[in-house]
Order: sequence, then structure tokens, then C-alpha cells
Amino acid sequence: MEVKNARAAMLSNYEVFKLLTDLKEQRKDSGKNKHSIGQQNLNTIMYETLKYLSKTPCSRQSPEIVKEFLNTMMPHKLTKAEKLMLLNHRPQTAVEIQLLVEESEERLSEEQIEELIQIVSDALPGDPEQENADAEMEVAGEQS
Amino acid sequence: MFVLVEMVDTVRIPPWDFHKQLNVAIAEELNKKLANKVVYKVGLCICLYDITKLEDSYIFPGDGASHTKVHFRYVVFHPFLEEILVGKIKYCSQEGVYESLQQPAKFDEAEQVWLWEYETDEGAHDLYMDQGEEIRFRVADEVFIDTSPTGPAAAATDTPAQPGQSTAPPPEDSGEKKEAPYTLIGTICEPGLGLLSWWNN
Repeated sequence: MEVKNARAAMLSNYEVFKLLTDLKEQRKDSGKNKHSIGQQNLNTIMYETLKYLSKTPCSRQSPEIVKEFLNTMMPHKLTKAEKLMLLNHRPQTAVEIQLLVEESEERLSEEQIEELIQIVSDALPGDPEQENADAEMEVAGEQS
Repeated sequence: MFVLVEMVDTVRIPPWDFHKQLNVAIAEELNKKLANKVVYKVGLCICLYDITKLEDSYIFPGDGASHTKVHFRYVVFHPFLEEILVGKIKYCSQEGVYESLQQPAKFDEAEQVWLWEYETDEGAHDLYMDQGEEIRFRVADEVFIDTSPTGPAAAATDTPAQPGQSTAPPPEDSGEKKEAPYTLIGTICEPGLGLLSWWNN
């Protein structure tokens, strides 16, 4: 076996998530040989990866969302790796942005960081449970 | 976190699988060979992405199976250096020992288990890293250990010029110490890293 190119392309979490869910559907339909010894490894890795990915923001994304996100990111001059990390992590605080973007103090002003946070929370859907919990906390704060 | 790796391999289809469509049979064989296995210097293989080229199939004398050279792309888990990842603490060793902030945490990746092993607490604040907590860390280094069985005479010395020629065998059939074929060394000594709960209030 020969490896021609160890880094042919980078994949976002969403792409892998979609690939695995499609594969799972296919295997469910074909039925018979899922449990043969050879397929056990594939089952295991698919299960573990899907379990992990379904808890990340990528499970709520779609191709249109990703395209729109990348279009809005274009004027900000971020590297491919940084945009990928923003897409995978969906940062909500300035600290997270500073972590994901290299030398963010020099490259981005505070307004730009705020703008990035805004774009991220608008373009990428968040966790509905967490947003409900936040909304409840806000209401409780106002009442007290 | 995931990359596409282009590979070439000769796939053997046994005669009892000849009724299947060639693409399907090849996909199954490739997944059987690579899924959930660590390829030396490449990463943990997840699943087949697509087949880019199928060359002619040959049958060799003495073996009824067909052999086909396949060019394909595989989805591999291989975070790049400096990438930020979120993991979960599975267990920690030597909990309760206070030391400076500079201690890195170790992320062991065996074939089936995501292990978190951290050695120290932060000395400055009493912040415990409990089991089951989610942690954000930056990849500082990666270690590939070649766990293929060594011959009786010399130890195997795999140079970086031979990537992908040894897939790690499952731990059950080696009598030696179980070493993780692929380990990620991470760091949490930066603002924003460490337990998610430290930063999310």
C-alpha cells in the first residue's frame, strides 16, 4: 500500500458527519453483513465518530450554511485553517476567537473580533438547548 | 481535524465475492483493511471517501481471487499542529498533585478508546479537572509508534520515507506491552484552554 498524498484536502467536521450518516443509511438498507468480523472495525469507528460529532455544532450545519459562512468570511483575511476551526468550533467569546486566530491582537481590532462573533452566531446555528437555557437565565436575571 | 489522504493499493477480491459489484466489493475490502486502524505517520483511518481510479483486475496462477490496483481517497483523523480540539477526560492519574501551569496533558488514542491522561492540577487556582469533563486543548505534538511485530533479530526501524507501509495490528495478537500507535500531546496553558466550564461563565 502506498500513500500518494497524506494531506490531499482538509475536511470540515460537517463533511465527515454527513459522509458517515449517509454511509450508515446505506448500510442499514443493505442489511445483511454488518456484523461480520471484518465490518466490526468500521462499525466501531463510525459509532464513536458519530457520537462525538453529533455533540459539536457541525451536526446542525448544512452545505448552504457552510457556503454562506465562507462567503461572509472572505473579506476578513483569515487563513484556511482558521476558517475551518471557526466553522468547527463556533466560538462565542472573544477569548475563543483569540485562541483560534493566530496573533489576533495584531491582526484584528476589537470591533473586528466582535464582528466575527456576530457573523459566527448569525451564520452558524447554535445549540437550541443552550440558547433556551441562556434565555431562561436572562429572564430570571430581569425578574430578580 | 480530518483530512483526505490519497492512497494506492492492490485489493484482493476472493471468488465468493465475485457476484458483488466491483466497486462495492472493493469498498468493503478497503474498509475492512483500514477502518479504525492507525497508519504510521498518516493518522487514524475512519472510512473510505471515494474511489478515484480502478485499474485492470488480474488473476494470478494458483490463486482464484482477482487483484485490482485501486486509487482511492480515505478520510483520516489527523489534526494539524496548533489545532484546537475539544475532548473529554476519561481518567486522570495522580490527581491532586499541585504543580505549575506549564504541565501539558496527554491524549492517548488507542484503537477503540479515547483516553485522557492528565498529571497535574493548576497550582494557582484550585481548578480540578474532573473525569467526564470536556476540555479544550491545542495540539502541541503527535507521536506515531510503529507497533508492527518485530522480527527476532533486529528491532524494526521505520524511517519517515516509508509512510503507510505498516498498519498497526490489533493489540490482541502482540504479546508485548500495549502501546498506543498514535498519541497526541496537547497543551492547556493558554487563555481559553482547559476545562470548558472555566471559560464559559
